[in-house]
Amino acid sequence: MVSQSLKQAFATVVGSDNIMDAEADKHSYSYDAAVLDPVLPSLVVRPTTMEAMGKVVKLCNDNGLPITVRGAGSNLSGGTIPSKGGVVLLTNALDKILEINEEDMYAVVQTGAITAKFANAVAAKGLFYPPDPGSQAVSTLGGNVAENAGGLRGLKYGVTKDYVMGVNFFDVDGNWCKSGSKTVKCVTGLNIPQLMVGSEGTLAVMSEFILKLVPPPQTSKAMMAIFPDIMTASRTVSAIIAAKVVPCTLEFMDNFTIGAVEGYAKVGLPLDAGSLLLIEVDGHPGQVADDAEKVEKICKDNGCTRIQVAKDAVERNKVWEARRAALSSLARLRPTTVLEDATVPRSKIPAMMEALDKIAKDYKLTIGTFGHAGDGNLHPTILCDRRDKEEFHRVEQGVDAIFAAALALDGTLSGEHGIGLAKSRYMELETNKASVMYSKRIKAAVDPKNILNPGKILGE
Amino acid sequence: MADLNQMLKMLGELDDQLVNCMRCGMCQSVCPVFAETGREADVARGKIALLEFLGHEMISDTKGVKDRLDKCLLCGSCAAACPSGVKAVDIFLKARAIVTAFIGLSPVKKAIFRGMLSKPKLFNNLLAIGTKFQGLFTSPVNDIIGSSCSKLLSPVLGDRHLLSLAAKPLRSVGNLNTAPGKSGLKVAFFYGCVVDKMFTTVGEAMLKVFKHHGVGVYMPIDQVCCGVPSLASGDMKSFEDLVRMNLKLFGKGDFDYIITPCGTCTSAFHHVWPLMCNDFSQEERAQIEMLAGKAMDINAFIADKLGVSVVESSVGAKKVTIHDPCHLKKSLGVSGQVRTVLKANPNLEVVEMSGSDICCGCGGSFNLQHYSVSTKIGKKKRDSIAATGADIVAAGCPACMMQIADMMSQAGDRIAVKHPVELYAQTLG
Repeated sequence: MVSQSLKQAFATVVGSDNIMDAEADKHSYSYDAAVLDPVLPSLVVRPTTMEAMGKVVKLCNDNGLPITVRGAGSNLSGGTIPSKGGVVLLTNALDKILEINEEDMYAVVQTGAITAKFANAVAAKGLFYPPDPGSQAVSTLGGNVAENAGGLRGLKYGVTKDYVMGVNFFDVDGNWCKSGSKTVKCVTGLNIPQLMVGSEGTLAVMSEFILKLVPPPQTSKAMMAIFPDIMTASRTVSAIIAAKVVPCTLEFMDNFTIGAVEGYAKVGLPLDAGSLLLIEVDGHPGQVADDAEKVEKICKDNGCTRIQVAKDAVERNKVWEARRAALSSLARLRPTTVLEDATVPRSKIPAMMEALDKIAKDYKLTIGTFGHAGDGNLHPTILCDRRDKEEFHRVEQGVDAIFAAALALDGTLSGEHGIGLAKSRYMELETNKASVMYSKRIKAAVDPKNILNPGKILGE
Repeated sequence: MADLNQMLKMLGELDDQLVNCMRCGMCQSVCPVFAETGREADVARGKIALLEFLGHEMISDTKGVKDRLDKCLLCGSCAAACPSGVKAVDIFLKARAIVTAFIGLSPVKKAIFRGMLSKPKLFNNLLAIGTKFQGLFTSPVNDIIGSSCSKLLSPVLGDRHLLSLAAKPLRSVGNLNTAPGKSGLKVAFFYGCVVDKMFTTVGEAMLKVFKHHGVGVYMPIDQVCCGVPSLASGDMKSFEDLVRMNLKLFGKGDFDYIITPCGTCTSAFHHVWPLMCNDFSQEERAQIEMLAGKAMDINAFIADKLGVSVVESSVGAKKVTIHDPCHLKKSLGVSGQVRTVLKANPNLEVVEMSGSDICCGCGGSFNLQHYSVSTKIGKKKRDSIAATGADIVAAGCPACMMQIADMMSQAGDRIAVKHPVELYAQTLG
């Protein structure tokens, strides 16, 4: 509970219009995009200046109130659920793009800036910010950094961590701290920016970022290749990489997902296809032509039954329509969509697909799988109804089995969605007791009262 | 009703639709209200979560949920962009009826909907009196837009710049029932409240179009409101009364199409009546289904049924920009036809604004309850219009026309606000 006088103190800092404590408002910040039980915060605050945000952090620490920072609330692992109550701190009023520097190719943004709006502003200046998580139309850059968000371009361009040059943040006492710089090289002190990436709001409250920008590719070519089964598609992925071609995107879809996409979006996919790959190469026109030719040949050599190379922007758009429709097509089939992101080394994709197939049978689950084949980051998507307790229990068992399978194949619990609440209990399975303890000690040192998103990543 | 169990049962029936929301939050990228407030309860995901919590007795504050449910333009941007196909507007219309039945209609709304809108004679007489006296209280501010403001009435009207009520309502033309001409088509003309009482020139333009193309017209002047304003306020009783009054006049269906100049009225026939009239008799349901099949927007009728050709703009043509009303584009898919209709006029040159299909912020009674948010959204629309340098802005919805006129007039713009059919009718002799 938050006392009346404390509430007043928050109101003085952020303005009374920017605190919410009505029952209905608190309920609307009790969940995120993860399929987990909602938990009510005691208070929601929405600072409109950085100064106010720092004061909110200090007030929380002084009073031992947990803080859960929330951008768009599109988190898929429960990272923005205020599981210990306390204060939900909204960043969406701090959404400015402060600078886009074309000479030195960096940008400075506030934590609440929206990813897609930022990427568009960068593109308008003739530069490129590659990370493109599926939620980019709403997600905030603060959320992207906190989760180390990925996207479709990971294989060639990397993920959010590869673009974070600097992170400014408030420590738990509300002191403003700087880390990193606007220079390509910087060895001033500990590499704090990279410690902040993926920390899910457990170490500090981040305020601004310096992000790296790159020149955009001059041109690109997209194609769709149809395969009779998963094995041939998977072999093709390995062969493309072995041929020293690095496509900017290399996406995979299984037979079930193909059926779902065709049923909903009607883009002309063959229903009997075992799997398909969506491939795009980009760069200098000469290289793109060479790479596209190589990829086409590799696909054919590895048993692809049909390949469609986009001739222009319209055709390219058509190729990608199928991929864009994947999650929504699956989501429409059943009420609840449990989207996982266990990731394996890409050579292990066939083995992982086999394991998923077995898990679906063992637990009588409907699983559609699509995802980023180029980086081994698959999205097995379990379709169910969370209101059916018996079914949902089987889903939870299936999720356990998916993690076990990924780890057995030298994979990882999460490629891009984060650990949050959903996966914290599996942490030791992938690492070990000492590793988790090491992280816990770091957290305890910077957050002695354990108020920064407590319970996330590291559990209790 | 005022019976908690009854409300819970009815919300339970909505549960199958509510559960389809996967909480991805993509609706935040398109919601005009959320863009201004940044509050989760203002966006579809938040409202759907609150309804689910209310239905599962996790929230006790029904009034709190209702207030947040009402803070919505019903523009349908969320439903159009929803990855899992959640029909948010359908859910909100039903939910407003359910929680309003539990809490009761506010006295003001009761006076408007039960006391006035569903008593057409009284409504018409009151407005006739208003027409006589409006000049006494208001002063004209913008001759291009035709707007006025009122210092005297500002406690009621705020800083709104209003358009005047027409000297004579469209209905004063009298009942019409003419035979098809050369087109071989006969239409029922449902003009809607605002065209009857304010934008009579839109109605006159439509009659001119029908005459020019040899279309027979059935226009009974006892027609009443389509019911959407009542329904949006959760007043099922008034809604059902209005639907039944209209069914008496249009239920026989001895016409090819029922044409309206208003995206909201057309989508009422097309979508809202079939959705919300489940308790009607079998005969009434059959009439409702029939009207749903025959309902058509005037722009779609001109472009798709009458067939007009796009012509070259003449030298010195006036620039017109187009606002795509939410119910016209997002509910009915009518947008290309509006362009065809305007391009049939050689004296016009179409210049597109950015975000032509972003809501103008009116949302019917939303404008009355949440004028400051409505104005913030409307000002963005005004800026997009002004940036085109157009002489005219065309909008196929009378409510959007009122909102845009208010915003442009307050900004001191000299840009006329017209319905596309008015501009098309100018080309006809």
